[in-house]
Amino acid sequence: MTIQAKPQRSRLDPAPVPRRDWLGLSALGTMAGALLFGLIGLLRLPKAAVLASPSKRFRVELPQALAPGEAFVPPGRNVAIFRDEQGVWAISTVCTHLGCIVRPAADGFECPCHGSRFRSDGTVTRGPAPRPLPWLKVSTAGDAVIVDEAAAVPQGTKVA
Amino acid sequence: MAQASDALQEFVADLKRAPKRILETAFRTGPPSTDRTRSTFVFGNVFLHLHAVRTHRWSLRWTTTLGLGIATAAAFLITLVTGVMLMFYYKPYPEVAYESMKDIHFVVPTGRLIRNLHRWAAHVMVITVILHMARAFYTAAYRKPREFNWLIGIALLVVTLALSFTGYLLPWDQLAFWAITIGANIAESPREVTDALGITEYFDPGGLQKLLLLGSDEVGEEALIRFYLLHVMLLPLVLAALLAVHFWRIRKDGGLAKPADADARLAARREQETYPVFTEAPVKTYHLAAIVRGRTPAVGKGPENTVPSMPHLFYAELGVMMLTLLVCLALSVVSDAPLKELANPSVPENPAKAPWYFLGVQELVSYSAFMGGIGIPVIALLGLALIPYLDRETAGTGEWFGGPGGWRLVRFSAVLGTSAAVMIEAVAIRFGWLREWFPDVPQLIVTAVNPGTLLTLVYAAWSVWCVKRFQSARAGALALFTCFLCGFVVLTVIGTYFRGPNWEFYWSPAYWPKH
Repeated sequence: MTIQAKPQRSRLDPAPVPRRDWLGLSALGTMAGALLFGLIGLLRLPKAAVLASPSKRFRVELPQALAPGEAFVPPGRNVAIFRDEQGVWAISTVCTHLGCIVRPAADGFECPCHGSRFRSDGTVTRGPAPRPLPWLKVSTAGDAVIVDEAAAVPQGTKVA
Repeated sequence: MAQASDALQEFVADLKRAPKRILETAFRTGPPSTDRTRSTFVFGNVFLHLHAVRTHRWSLRWTTTLGLGIATAAAFLITLVTGVMLMFYYKPYPEVAYESMKDIHFVVPTGRLIRNLHRWAAHVMVITVILHMARAFYTAAYRKPREFNWLIGIALLVVTLALSFTGYLLPWDQLAFWAITIGANIAESPREVTDALGITEYFDPGGLQKLLLLGSDEVGEEALIRFYLLHVMLLPLVLAALLAVHFWRIRKDGGLAKPADADARLAARREQETYPVFTEAPVKTYHLAAIVRGRTPAVGKGPENTVPSMPHLFYAELGVMMLTLLVCLALSVVSDAPLKELANPSVPENPAKAPWYFLGVQELVSYSAFMGGIGIPVIALLGLALIPYLDRETAGTGEWFGGPGGWRLVRFSAVLGTSAAVMIEAVAIRFGWLREWFPDVPQLIVTAVNPGTLLTLVYAAWSVWCVKRFQSARAGALALFTCFLCGFVVLTVIGTYFRGPNWEFYWSPAYWPKH
């Protein structure tokens, strides 16, 4: 009489999954995948491809009497424009902390919301602001200047 | 002919009986005058059947809950009703929104009262939801089997605050506009860290959060319609769903938490005053009870020391609801909701203050936007959520300040938490902070080391010491929760009363510079 050894299943030779179980599992998996895909599509909707905000570029004529180093804030814009012998430059007046509008003061800018202070070149001197106020891209067009609030340039860039 | 007249008479009689019959068919089991009809009154009514038929007398002592959960629910109902009323006139479009708010306030009949009620009920809801959480914590009611309901409660706290925040923008006045500008930039504040690490270009969760919140890069019409949608539709639905689960689980988890010896203590206080138990034999058994796990009041033992929920529980709940309504009404008559001038994106309010319950956070963001606005609140919420899974003790469940350390530890932690917050704030107000001392300090160090993070560290250290000293996670939780509560109060008071223009310190608003 011979004794037959029970077939040992190894990791490489696993017990077969019954066909119905496998079909059921794959159906569930397909459903989960489809729902997940649909959900991602749904969640994609609130992030607009084009922002509904107005153009960030504007054109403005500087007042003749603008003294060197004196800030000129065009009405309705959150930008301070300066002029001296070397040229024209613009600094954003949106605080880098939480987006309040800073006021040009004698020796720089001050933020009304959480007390951040900036030197006249935008560098933070006190308060919670994490970054200096950005300098913005300026180009001249005859007597007027064109400022792009969306484009930052390195600190100290003046346009003649 | 006779037959016709009979039918006619019957018809007239039925017509006369109709009102009575309608009532009878609506409330099938008659007035709740016996134990049996009191039970059917509860489980035969879709709105009441979230309650158990009988309530333990321990749950009805007013010191058990102080009625805070029901007060919160009542405040929510008031905001729901008044909110729907306000939607008759409110138009979610910039400037038009402001005009419609003015109409509601000055022209619409009862508009001002409804608006005041909506605002005051929202404030009351925030206060009571915080107090309700403190009650559940201090009576150790979050323990097994109520762990998950504690998590639902925390989700409800977050949704309540989100509802308040989204409602804040809708008037489109200066107050609204600048509070939301600050809020949206707090959402963007992970940039404080990603910028310092130089990875914002590749990984910008802050920018994404702000974009999703505002639908634009500034607070405008897109932001207003999003906040409106969240405020009147999405968040109330989420809140209602969570609320239903929250209520339902109270019952499924075996009613309110009570001490193990609650019955003995009730008996000691009043001898044999228990309401007569089951004067009638049950007419129906609930087979479902057989598959419900252990803790429902009626499994394994008789319903001693319970009384019918109708009227004992319901009248108590109605009383609390009426009191909440009365408080909200009184506040609404005394104090009008503010409406400042039309939002102006070029001129910030000075000081620009969020609603009072966010002023503690605003005090923290005046040191670091990321840590104060996101880091520390997230740490606090995670800590709260973990409490029931770390404290698995049983001593003191259902008792005020129950557990190792008890009231003495809570008292001491309150003193410590308050004085630590006051001292750290005093140093920062009097001497400034890192950037005033070392102008070139890197931003990451300011983010990591500021009054908020130091305070959190002090509290955490004290809590860990208590765990060691009392050999109990509950003692650590008591210490930490008390400290955070006191820190929250101190920071909120400073933000509310002692911060003026430019977020400078003033002893009183009377000293604010005139402008």
